[in-house]
Amino acid sequence: MAYSDKVIDHYNNPKNVGTLDKSAKNVGTGLVGAPECGDVMRLQIEVDDATGVIKDAKFKTFGCGSAIASSSLATEWLKGKSVDDALKIDNMEIVEELNLPPVKIHCSVLAEDAIKAAINDYRKKNGLEQIVFEERIH
Amino acid sequence: MLKLPVYLDNNATTPMDPRVLEAMIPYFTEHFGNAASRNHPFGWEAEEAVDYAREQVAKLVGADPKEIIFTSGATEGDNLAIKGVFEMYASKGNHIITCTTEHKAVLDTCKHIEKLGGEVTYLQVKPDGLIDLGELEAAIKPTTILIAIMYANNEIGVIQPVREISALAKKRGILFFTDATQAVGKVPVDVNKDGIDVMAFTGHKMYGPKGVGALYVRRKNPRVKVTAQMDGGGHERGMRSGTLNVPGIVGFGKACEICRLDMEEDTKRIKALRDKLENALLQIEESYLNGNKESRLPHVSNISFKYVEGEGLLMGFNKNIALSSGSACTSASLEPSYVLKALGLGDDLAHSSLRFGLGRFTTEEQIDYTVEQITTTVNKLREMSPLWEMFKEGVDMDKIEWAAH
Repeated sequence: MAYSDKVIDHYNNPKNVGTLDKSAKNVGTGLVGAPECGDVMRLQIEVDDATGVIKDAKFKTFGCGSAIASSSLATEWLKGKSVDDALKIDNMEIVEELNLPPVKIHCSVLAEDAIKAAINDYRKKNGLEQIVFEERIH
Repeated sequence: MLKLPVYLDNNATTPMDPRVLEAMIPYFTEHFGNAASRNHPFGWEAEEAVDYAREQVAKLVGADPKEIIFTSGATEGDNLAIKGVFEMYASKGNHIITCTTEHKAVLDTCKHIEKLGGEVTYLQVKPDGLIDLGELEAAIKPTTILIAIMYANNEIGVIQPVREISALAKKRGILFFTDATQAVGKVPVDVNKDGIDVMAFTGHKMYGPKGVGALYVRRKNPRVKVTAQMDGGGHERGMRSGTLNVPGIVGFGKACEICRLDMEEDTKRIKALRDKLENALLQIEESYLNGNKESRLPHVSNISFKYVEGEGLLMGFNKNIALSSGSACTSASLEPSYVLKALGLGDDLAHSSLRFGLGRFTTEEQIDYTVEQITTTVNKLREMSPLWEMFKEGVDMDKIEWAAH
């Protein structure tokens, strides 16, 4: 299967690979997927307490090129967004941007899940209520 | 000089040897006759060419030319052998023994047999990929008519104890069929010394053309018959009807001849390259060889690079190096290789595996390049892998509750 140029570019030059201090109160960490499924994503956000804006985002991903590209793209989109706006990122936007074929849609779903998990982790640390997301079948 | 791209997927298919193509060409144009046309020179020429090829094929595996049935390839051979024996020997019994790491052409044919009322035992393999002879013996029943165990595995290259299996089959009066697709032409296969009753193999895995293969069917001690699965003009001693693919058969014959003459030298060279590749890649931290190291095809290596996903790994160099991965990220099921899972490998290791299949045209420069590319990509992806980070921090990943999706 041929990858789109955008997937190849993210794979070759991934944006925001790395680790934020997961014990920091203004850092939210989302770890989703499972080694058995061949995809594990860890996505982290660092929120500016005063403005509620995500000032940094990092990821590490075990998975195929599409999974790596989806998480790399997600971190790019997260930076500079408010937490509330970040929640609006839909996996289909990732699919469109990266031109993912149907068999790779689960990679974008995983990225969306990672964003939500990171936000919930941040909310938990800051005494905010967990957002309950609709269960979806991947 | 380094020649790119590097082709290391010779278990999937091999390039055709130019000598094979040369032998085939006249049979597309001037010698186009139907080998079954008995009344004119066009037919005679074609028949003569087929007879010659039949000898070339037979000689490679130590068979009599009359025991070679030409087919369209190994999938057809597997089907014809299993379904054909099941039908022909229905009065003797309905039980077949095979193993879980067989090719799908065998496994799915066995599933079909079960639907027809047959009984099939699927033997598990040991962690090294070989079957347990004690388990095989224990699985034999009075109704067992066939043992179907592959010669060498397509994913990990392990060679099953064929002679021990055939001795056991003979002792109990059971036929022994082997899918020898990966072995014939690569290692010495001799139907008599190996005690094989029925054997499937194909041209395109040994530098011959696609779409042509053979089924060896023993004629003496015992005389074996298989019920035809393709009805028609009664070609190939009535076991496989259909106009013979003359150019393909000519090419297959030539490919067999080249393999027979060059095997010793080819094997020596290819095995040295395989060992060089394998030893270098096993230097990488947390890399593991899959399958038995000793009883193995000389040109195959299957290695898992833990904490890196196979398809992601391939993407790092697949413009320049052609390889297969045990990961099945593209398939809808997300299930990794059933062969690797049958060895007892965790899904994580199965997802992290690469299969290397070297061949006649692999060069040392290509191997050096491959080692360098894979080492670089593994390191790069591990820097990106959350699992690698956890491993380095000593996190017990078995204790994490993964959200399976």
